[in-house]
Amino acid sequence: MLPQVGDGASNGDARELTKKDVTSDQEVRWCPGCGDYAILANVQSVLPKLGVPRENFVFVSGIGCAARFPYYVETYGFHSIHGRAPAIATGISTARPELSVFVVTGDGDALSIGGNHLLHAMRRNVDLTVLMFNNQIYGLTKGQYSPTSEVGKVTKSTPVGSLDHPYNPVSLALGAEATFVARSVDNERQHLADLIERAAQHRGTSFIEIYQNCNIFNDGAFDGVRGNKPNQIRLEHGTPIRFGAEGEHGVAMGANGELEVVDVAEVGEEALLVHDAHRDDPGLAFMLSRLAHTPHGPTPIGLFRQTERPVYGDEVAAQLDDAVARKGPGDLQALLRGRDTWTV
Amino acid sequence: MTTKPVERVDTVTVRFAGDSGDGMQLAGTRFTSVTTALGNDVATLPDFPAEIRAPAGSLPGVSGFQLHFADHDILTPGDSPDVLVAMNPAALKTNLGDLERGATLVLNTDAFTPQNLRKARYESDPREDGTLDGFKVHEVSITTLTIGALEGYAELGKKEKQRAKNMFALGLMSWMFSRPTEPTREWLREKFGEQPRVAEANIAAFDAGWAYGETTEAFDHAYEVAAAELPPGTYRQITGNLAISYGLVAASQQAGLPLFLGGYPITPASDVLHELSKHKNFGVRTFQGEDEIASVGAALGAAFSGHLAATVTSGPGVALKTETIGLAVAVELPLLVLNIQRGGPSTGLPTKTEQADLLQALHGRNGESPVPVIAASTPGDCFDVAIEGARMALTYRTPVFVLSDGYLANGAEPWRVPDVAALPDLRGAVRFAVAAGANGENAEHGFAPFDRDPDTLARPWAIPGTPGLEHRIGGLEKADGSGDISYDPDNHHRMTELRQAKVDRIAGDIPAAEVDRADPGARVLVVGWGSSYGPIAAAVRACRAEGLAVDQLHLRHLNPFPPNLGEVLRRYERVLVPEMNMGQLRSLLRARFLVDARGYNRVAGLPFGTGELRDAIADEVAAAEGRGEPERSLS
Repeated sequence: MLPQVGDGASNGDARELTKKDVTSDQEVRWCPGCGDYAILANVQSVLPKLGVPRENFVFVSGIGCAARFPYYVETYGFHSIHGRAPAIATGISTARPELSVFVVTGDGDALSIGGNHLLHAMRRNVDLTVLMFNNQIYGLTKGQYSPTSEVGKVTKSTPVGSLDHPYNPVSLALGAEATFVARSVDNERQHLADLIERAAQHRGTSFIEIYQNCNIFNDGAFDGVRGNKPNQIRLEHGTPIRFGAEGEHGVAMGANGELEVVDVAEVGEEALLVHDAHRDDPGLAFMLSRLAHTPHGPTPIGLFRQTERPVYGDEVAAQLDDAVARKGPGDLQALLRGRDTWTV
Repeated sequence: MTTKPVERVDTVTVRFAGDSGDGMQLAGTRFTSVTTALGNDVATLPDFPAEIRAPAGSLPGVSGFQLHFADHDILTPGDSPDVLVAMNPAALKTNLGDLERGATLVLNTDAFTPQNLRKARYESDPREDGTLDGFKVHEVSITTLTIGALEGYAELGKKEKQRAKNMFALGLMSWMFSRPTEPTREWLREKFGEQPRVAEANIAAFDAGWAYGETTEAFDHAYEVAAAELPPGTYRQITGNLAISYGLVAASQQAGLPLFLGGYPITPASDVLHELSKHKNFGVRTFQGEDEIASVGAALGAAFSGHLAATVTSGPGVALKTETIGLAVAVELPLLVLNIQRGGPSTGLPTKTEQADLLQALHGRNGESPVPVIAASTPGDCFDVAIEGARMALTYRTPVFVLSDGYLANGAEPWRVPDVAALPDLRGAVRFAVAAGANGENAEHGFAPFDRDPDTLARPWAIPGTPGLEHRIGGLEKADGSGDISYDPDNHHRMTELRQAKVDRIAGDIPAAEVDRADPGARVLVVGWGSSYGPIAAAVRACRAEGLAVDQLHLRHLNPFPPNLGEVLRRYERVLVPEMNMGQLRSLLRARFLVDARGYNRVAGLPFGTGELRDAIADEVAAAEGRGEPERSLS
């Protein structure tokens, strides 16, 4: 018998959870008006719907405003160090594949100091739900430009404007071949709730970029999209991609192989691209992510891509099971003795 | 068996040296295997460059493997080889200085071409210019003879045939020292199981080497070394990296916890990752992270989840893992950090040994961040130290540093196979929390993740999946007991003291320092730690044989120290601390115990020689007897 921790699933009571059950007694300490409040309330409303015993949830975070999140959820939580949450969460999920592991992170934590870990977690397809709060600024250190800030951003550390070309987080996740890639907005309650639920149920790494308003250091950064429904290109699997106040705009494949924004009246609905989130090839999803490099004009939100790939922790466990099936459970005395021995 | 006369000797040191591509490590390892199986005591020193293949024939490309075997117990791989097998001029040049006149040289004379002599920076042929006067020189056309022996293997090219020349050399040494030959043939058949012709070719080269010794007049007699008298038991050969890997598997079994090892390729630690990845049927999960930070991060995540978690690396990797080790201190989870030390600073000497990361282990983190530290003293001791590290980590819920080094990692010795039934039972140290207050903590306000066991000061280990114990941990300072974030000044001071007290408390749970005493009147104590055990003990033995009174103490526990250490040190007039660093343990002893400890310090990338330590100890004895201070600087 191999050493085991836990019995696969929790033996806890299966009673229905409520939002109150997953709300901790800790005082929430974000700035008044911060977009994080809405995301927290959203997550707390989704968790009870997932059918997972409360004790099997683990929230892991790094450093930053978003990273305080685990303290406010009445589950297991690990507030770790800057950028390393995906690495620590990889250990948790690989050791205990039955757990439901969330990573809560920000644009600086996930894409700057921890960029490498995020990429590799997605590449391996570790069973994690990554919620990346993108506010395009370092908030906890009081306002320096981040790897998603636009070029020319004037901040405390860039008094004459930043020079850095920003990441597009969705493009990055698709490039790393994440199997679930989505984008939503902090105050789009239903849209965000739906994506969090689907991300948590997805097996493998789910990545959601959430546009989150920092009303202190970067207020209005997403105004082009946030609360501006005509600019939200809502991706729905199996549906032609349309947007605008009356759905008058659409996305079509141009003659030169690039996506272009078209007038539906002009080209007809049949010319529009029908969104297919389950294509194995991430290329088209990547092209969609490039429709808006910064969230100032029409910007796609929703589920870009969801595919299936072997899950890292499952595969690790399968190799162990396979070794036991082939060689039998390890015999420590035989291991220590080895093959070439002599007796004195 | 040879038909020539056989001379019995009690101890021999042989060094195989050649190009990195000449297979010297393989020949040496194989010679070690048959020698240990014969019952000799053995100590080995592989010494190779960091480059995989430096230019052929060049001085930096020389790779060596030294082994010392004897009919009695030995402690070091030997200061000076009795026999040097040199496969080319560069190997002769780089190694000759370590030999004393009278030693035997076996030279692959085919490799002594003008071009190779130039590459070795010889201005004239050392075989002819008097360089080798006083040595017993055997010039053997090893390459030619090997190719000749493989004449019947038409399918092998000349290059492939040449590659078997290490087996010729091994065969010749096997003859010279009366080693059994059949086990090597069997080993070759198994190694090349898929390619029986290649196996046969290697065996043919090996046999040709043996036959050369037997038939050539130049070799007029062979030697034999009788079995050593070791304590009764079943023995095998083991290296430090193998022993530390087995120690982790054993600790996992004895604790009833699955093992999770996070690693990242780094010399000389990678073999631990390789070895443990083979033992999946013991429930061992190995994770090769994207970097050193990820590998320790994943291990810490596994520890949070209830696994026995370890990470293995060398000094530069520890530097990268430092912040996560600090986090492990703050969240008080069990985590083994194995540092297989190598020469530093920075990239330093990746394939060479050093013991200069002691202060890094003790102090290399921000804030007050105490971590227990232990160190292995011999290859076999790596097994026991891994188990002891696991015991401390699990019992006290703390990261623990386990120090080994390149010399122990790759050095081999006979190892008495432990009886599994006699290994420490670690199950009692695990005790997952199952309910608030179940471990005797105050449960008035529900589960308190930082309430402590009154004996060990360990906090409860409540793993995800346990209903009712949902809680949050993190790197921010926590309130004593509840674990809530706290910026309270008095709380921070109290938590700092508690973390220190928890580590200090381990001192009550480890053996007292026990001095190896020969003479009740000794006024000099030699204190060491880590892999310098062998050379120090050999030097102490040599001094005692000369009638010098000297005591020896070797420390396994470096933080906390054994509880009686200060009292022991103060008994002596002179305390000498030899270290392959500039005085790291010495400075700790001086600071902690106000003793005037002196150092013998050398960082050469190689283990100490017995001779240099013998001289240093003799100087201390002379000083203790009022015959003047040593000239050696205290560095």
